[in-house]
Amino acid sequence: MSDYDAHALSGAYAVDALDDLERAAFERHLAECPECRDEVASLREAAATLAETTALEPPAALRDRVLAGIATTRPLPPEVPAPVALDSRRRPRRRLNLLVAAAAAVLAVGGGVVLWEQPWQDTTHQQLSAIDTVLTASDAKRTSLDFDGGAKATLVHSDTVGRAVLVTEKMPPPPAGKVYQLWLDQPGKGMVSAGLMPIREDQRVLLSGDAATATGAGITVEPEGGSPEPTSAPIALFDFGRKA
Amino acid sequence: MDHIRPVGAGAPSPEDGAPGAGADPAGRPDLAELLRLSSRGDEQAFARLYDATSARVFGLAVRVVRDPAQAEEVTQESFLEIWRTASRFDPARGSALSWLLTITHRKAVDRVRSAEAATRRDATYHEQNQPVEHDSTAEAAHASLEAHRVRGALAALTEVQREAVGLAYFGGYTHTEVATMLDLPVGTAKTRIRDGLIRLRDAMGVGS
Ligand SMILES: [Zn+2]
Repeated sequence: MSDYDAHALSGAYAVDALDDLERAAFERHLAECPECRDEVASLREAAATLAETTALEPPAALRDRVLAGIATTRPLPPEVPAPVALDSRRRPRRRLNLLVAAAAAVLAVGGGVVLWEQPWQDTTHQQLSAIDTVLTASDAKRTSLDFDGGAKATLVHSDTVGRAVLVTEKMPPPPAGKVYQLWLDQPGKGMVSAGLMPIREDQRVLLSGDAATATGAGITVEPEGGSPEPTSAPIALFDFGRKA
Repeated sequence: MDHIRPVGAGAPSPEDGAPGAGADPAGRPDLAELLRLSSRGDEQAFARLYDATSARVFGLAVRVVRDPAQAEEVTQESFLEIWRTASRFDPARGSALSWLLTITHRKAVDRVRSAEAATRRDATYHEQNQPVEHDSTAEAAHASLEAHRVRGALAALTEVQREAVGLAYFGGYTHTEVATMLDLPVGTAKTRIRDGLIRLRDAMGVGS
């Protein structure tokens, strides 16, 4: 997160004021930044003092329930290798946070009317053949992004076919209760839903919507069922290389 | 998220040099020591930990989720997590109170974010002081003194810092939401939150 002002997120992180993706990105930064680890610890101490002002005696029955609960729960052993509780499989891959930073800017510009479309179903022949048509189109353009952990996403779009296809490899599942949602950046409308991604590591997904007019595509993490408009910064943005 | 249990683990937690399970002169127990005992399965130590901290844990949960029944669930889940993961507390990296309130806050925030579509939230943010009702007089006196100190320290923050910290910590809002609610340019709320927490930290003399 070196080219991006990661340190500035320490306060928001300390009080859980980051969304899921920012948190994941910042935790990767934390693993590499002892200054931020110290600062987060000290800011959590500060935040904890706020709870002094809201203290409230719980009902007595709650104590009984808690103590009954622990009586049947085994405490975990200590962590022997004593790592920071963070992803240690870091690779010098494309920095997700750069994308997030760029994406936030794009989204801020987006705005406008956002259409809501039904999630795409991936099982019909029609769509499978549409995918092949896009992938084999003579004007098909590809943009690939590599992620930490080895995942890869390639966006293929064809102006003559007017559709876009996302091809993913080794895509980790979204967080519990969340889905990956696809978007097309449509001039004058901003990010328009292009469907939900079925949860599979490797797949090809046809984006709904007109790819010929779109200037780019994105992936966000959304609550189950998807959102009518993005509620978090994209984990990936694909620029179609047009002048907006 | 599931915790991965290391194979063959079972080494005792390192001695942290804390005094025995005793109490400080004001009669308040040593929370780090109670956590250490809890990690070894000492239910009595955990009951004392609960008694010493449950008002702060429950009060914070109520403040964030608003609904007392849900706050009870958050409190129960938090204490269960504290019991289960007590061995993961590292006194070198912060105080026991901060550690367990961090767990509580995260659970409370997860709760309100996952119920975002529901009607939990008022559109506006109200400063709201919960009454402090402790069952032990010594504890109550200490608690109100601490609350008084914190309120005094909060006066060292600018108005915007105080609002941003409050919306983030008590409101459970993301910094992006805070920016919108306070009409701040995108990206500046996180700075206000950080600056506010730094001032609070320095005024309270906690942390580094
Ligand atoms: Zn840093």
